[in-house]
Amino acid sequence: MEMTRRKLLALGSGTFVLATLSSLPAFATLTDDAIAALTGGADMGEGAITLTAPEIAENGNTVPIAFDAPGAAEVTLFADGNPVPNVATFKFGPLSASRSASTRIRLATTQNVVAIAKMEDGSFQMAKANVKVTIGGCGG
Amino acid sequence: MASGVKPRVKVPKKAAAGETITIKTLISHKMESGQRKDDDGNVIPRSIINRFTADFNGENVIDVVLEPAVSTNPYFQFEAVVPESGEFKFTWYDDDGSVYDTAKKITVS
Repeated sequence: MEMTRRKLLALGSGTFVLATLSSLPAFATLTDDAIAALTGGADMGEGAITLTAPEIAENGNTVPIAFDAPGAAEVTLFADGNPVPNVATFKFGPLSASRSASTRIRLATTQNVVAIAKMEDGSFQMAKANVKVTIGGCGG
Repeated sequence: MASGVKPRVKVPKKAAAGETITIKTLISHKMESGQRKDDDGNVIPRSIINRFTADFNGENVIDVVLEPAVSTNPYFQFEAVVPESGEFKFTWYDDDGSVYDTAKKITVS
């Protein structure tokens, strides 16, 4: 193929777009895939659930995470910078008093923690929190 | 992994009927993620607790699926309602097939 100046420019702008995209966390697409697998690509609302995470976690091995999702049947946590994005899935039974729980998780690096709640009516709600990690929790 | 696994659970001894109570659970377990390597560069195989359930008199309170991203010594805090006196049963399922459980009684007045 003959390389004209126009084609070169087009190519250049293409790589620029790619470069901007790849500045996102490397595992973000994995998380998107995992979320899509969970929701089936359904639209997600925001604001109905709260996710509590520290802004800065000194030790990525135990990061305290809490969520409160009134009306949720099931809550799944994801960490988009971990080698495996899934963290945990909480299913609530008839005797649970509130759709909330807290736990401690591992974070490999600075990243977003995402909570997806499957509501009782079948819709989905999302909450996101960015956590800055000083020492990663995946060990080399 | 069957050595040194010790569940600890905190449940109030008494409650009023229909009251919301907070339950805290912890189990000592190394939760080997399957991502780490030993000194020779071999991957240390994954060995985690993959499921935790809490039931009260046979009815489910919470059912959690755990992935390797849950920290060593998995800790959970959650809330339950108790309609009558009875027993909470907590169960942890290990990758190697072991099942650890513990029970706590609660008196409802």
